[in-house]
Amino acid sequence: MANLKTVSKKSKAQSMGMHTEVLTGRTQQKFFNPDEAENFYYFGTYDVDFNKRTELDVKDMTAPEANKEIDNLMSQGYGTIVIKNPQGKHSLGVGILNKLNLIFEGSLGYFGMGSCDGPIVRINGRVGWSCAENLMAGKVVIEKNAGSCFGAAIRGGDLICKGSVGARTGIDMKGGTIIIGGDAGAFTGFMMQRGRIIILGDVGINLGDSMYDGTIFVGGEIGSYGSDAVDAELTSSDQDWLKRKLKVAEIGENFDVSKMKKIVAGKKLWNYDNLEPTEKKGAI
Amino acid sequence: MCGIAGLIHRGKSSNVGSELQGMLQALKHRGEDSTGYALYGDTDGKNFIMRFKVGENVGEGSSSIMEDVSVYDERKKVVDQTLAEMGAKVVKEERTLPYSLRYEIDYNVKDLLEFSQRIESIPGVEILSMGKSLEVIKDLGNAKMVCDRYSLDKVVGTHAIGHARMATESGVDIKSAHPFWGYPFSDVSVVHNGQLTNYWNNRRVLENKGMRFMSECDSELIAVYLAEKMRDGATLEEGMKASLTGLDGVFTYFVATKDSLGMAKDTMAAKPLVLYESDDLVAMGSEEIAIRSVLPQEIDTYDPFDGEVKVWQI
Repeated sequence: MANLKTVSKKSKAQSMGMHTEVLTGRTQQKFFNPDEAENFYYFGTYDVDFNKRTELDVKDMTAPEANKEIDNLMSQGYGTIVIKNPQGKHSLGVGILNKLNLIFEGSLGYFGMGSCDGPIVRINGRVGWSCAENLMAGKVVIEKNAGSCFGAAIRGGDLICKGSVGARTGIDMKGGTIIIGGDAGAFTGFMMQRGRIIILGDVGINLGDSMYDGTIFVGGEIGSYGSDAVDAELTSSDQDWLKRKLKVAEIGENFDVSKMKKIVAGKKLWNYDNLEPTEKKGAI
Repeated sequence: MCGIAGLIHRGKSSNVGSELQGMLQALKHRGEDSTGYALYGDTDGKNFIMRFKVGENVGEGSSSIMEDVSVYDERKKVVDQTLAEMGAKVVKEERTLPYSLRYEIDYNVKDLLEFSQRIESIPGVEILSMGKSLEVIKDLGNAKMVCDRYSLDKVVGTHAIGHARMATESGVDIKSAHPFWGYPFSDVSVVHNGQLTNYWNNRRVLENKGMRFMSECDSELIAVYLAEKMRDGATLEEGMKASLTGLDGVFTYFVATKDSLGMAKDTMAAKPLVLYESDDLVAMGSEEIAIRSVLPQEIDTYDPFDGEVKVWQI
């Protein structure tokens, strides 16, 4: 149980009775020692060989069955797995915390590739809502279109859609890069906190609404800006980064990045200048 | 949550009853309190087809009050009598279930308002659909259960829309189930996924203009809203575009007429829709797996954007 430590010197808020104590105790944070190799791997992950390839037909499987079979194949050392007949099934390829080459020959439904950390994935079709939600690391490439909430809350990795995407792309994202070859829908970058979104086509209304931080690059027309989304200067280093990223992503390699618009947070929504609650109330 | 699905064959007919059953069954995890079909079958176009109910399904899960079957018989008699008084001749009569009936009616009138008002003035009677091609069939249970109960898998036609319902805003009963008929317009039906937040405000306004509501389901507003727009001379597409600002809330809805199928998505794109479009077929649903039930091969699909309205002709 955490110890309670009384604070002797009271702040203005504390003197108003808003809080009088601070919690202290053992931290939940884990500290990794680079010498301890096992700390670089999740428990239960496998040592796979990328040159060991196999195919898996999931036509008559449920999503849990298919995902268990992928795990089983990884446990046998397969580092390249080709999934046949995904046929728009939901939640395929979720929770892979392993290095892996994964290829889907077809389309995925909702929540495909959710909560992954590390795999390199190519989907030769379309994906439904919330593809690659919470992606930590790795690369996911979609050859066709994607649904709404594409890359919701991703922390890292590269998420690439060569077609168009629906609404709320990159909602709540906290890192990583999302690249869209076509158009994007409304509320792109809604409440994003970090990371980068690149859209080569047009984007819908309320772009970057209530974004805390991060950067959005748009090549086409913008429907409208969301609350606190503002233009910023496109620097030469931005352009270099965009060229490099588009080349690596095999998308828009010849795109003229110098004409792209850069959108960032105005930081007016949350960046209060340390006003006390009573003072904020007065300001409102 | 609810799921919606629809398809339209262009330039040919197909087994739309079976196809829609497959699409809706694929969406059953989105809700199976009730399932409804609006099927546009191949007919000679001479007679009206009236689907109506004289009671509710009071089976497991129903929020309706139990009634004796004899009550249904009495209501049916009054309907028959009223039709005769109006000069409407019943050419064919089917009673699929004690509470659910299908009449083919020889009745030469363009304005169905008075006709519908007379029929629905009979307590406990509701017209589910009226048209020369449209038939609305809805009941409790998932798509397969309803399809089997009403033998819908053999229905051949050009287009269809349907709905798998998880009841949230109103009761588990047939009157709150989708699709809704675009009363009093012949062959107009609507299904909806979402929630309308200005339902009561709009309902008050529309009722003052003489429009009729049969349930307290917010989705019924869309059918009545579009019917009122068309009554004032708007085309279907104009009415649908007006609905983007006239209706508040989150929605994706389909509307069908005797020769067209349309979709509209709210300006926040809060509700899902996946669409497949080719020269001879348009298929759409809340999830891609619905489309996959009729097109298992690899196809190109996409999500319509926010505020998008589309209409296709047969």
